[in-house]
Amino acid sequence: MAEEDGVRLTTEQQRQRRRRNVAIAWALGALVVLFWLVTIFKLGGNVLNRPL
Amino acid sequence: MSLAHDDHLDAPTLTGPGPSLAGVEDFVALLKPRVMSLVIFTALVGLVAAPGGLHPVLGAIALLCVAVGAGASGALNMWWDADIDAVMTRTQNRPIPAGRVAPGEALGFGLLLSGVSVMLLGLATNWLAGGLLAFTIFFYVVVYTMWLKRWTPQNIVIGGLAGALPPMIGWAAATGTVGLESATLVAIIFMWTPPHFWALALIKSEDYARAGVPMLPVVAGEDETRWQILLYSLALAPLGVLPAAIGLGGWAYLTLSSVAGLAFVGFAWRVYRLREGVPARRAAGKLFAYSLFYLTALFATILIEKSFGVAALTAPFDGWM
Repeated sequence: MAEEDGVRLTTEQQRQRRRRNVAIAWALGALVVLFWLVTIFKLGGNVLNRPL
Repeated sequence: MSLAHDDHLDAPTLTGPGPSLAGVEDFVALLKPRVMSLVIFTALVGLVAAPGGLHPVLGAIALLCVAVGAGASGALNMWWDADIDAVMTRTQNRPIPAGRVAPGEALGFGLLLSGVSVMLLGLATNWLAGGLLAFTIFFYVVVYTMWLKRWTPQNIVIGGLAGALPPMIGWAAATGTVGLESATLVAIIFMWTPPHFWALALIKSEDYARAGVPMLPVVAGEDETRWQILLYSLALAPLGVLPAAIGLGGWAYLTLSSVAGLAFVGFAWRVYRLREGVPARRAAGKLFAYSLFYLTALFATILIEKSFGVAALTAPFDGWM
């Protein structure tokens, strides 16, 4: 199959894709932090209320 | 400028497959950030005005969820309305009609954010708040955007409920209930919406007519719209004072809401009286701008009074109520 078959992204399209990927990574990271915060602050003082 | 350097890549189309051209800023634009800011602010007032208290971190997460839910509604609205956005000057540079975001991308983006915001709000606060956010998104996207907007000139009257609900979501997040107080805040925004949007519609009526959207000035005429604006303003002014009577506001709120309500009616009266040419457009523009100030001022006063622990006007009667 010839190398030029299929879609080749332009430099601009590659740049935009990279920016989207970085934004998605940040959003996923933020979601992880948010769920962690929700867990901690919903549990509150009960975090310590367990058999050690 | 062409984004295609050679014939391997066709020019991008709205519907065809191919590499996405969407930038991060286009997805941000899908969230309608300016609308989102008013939603965050009114939800914050509901959250702060509510008795009891939510942990500040959970409160901040709740506000983020409301903001993202509102943004998701905006994205789904732009997905559905791309055809009419393309013919209105005010909206033709939005990401979908401008060809930067494919409709399917906006749909997926909106649905994903809707699900995440409702789930996270439910988990962070309670499921009444989560359910109210889900209802708000449903009402804005399905009832307003898909059904009412292209069908009836009462579109923004009924559909305005979606924009009015954020204070109730904030209140529900903090208390797990919806009280008379949050219903009053909802009623104020609900009654404020028609004169606010019809003032804009008077200025942009050609745009709406070209797009086939049955806004009141297009269907019933400008004179009827001016009359309706005045009626809604007369109803809004006393409603705006009501929070002072139900324990949401103090003297500052009573004073400000009374004066601001009278001024609102004054601006609406000018719109009613001035019907021709530049003065008429200017009067409508002033009412539109003032309406934004009015709502912001009322809610900001509640926020400030509650934040500083100012006693409500009804405080001496607390034992009786």
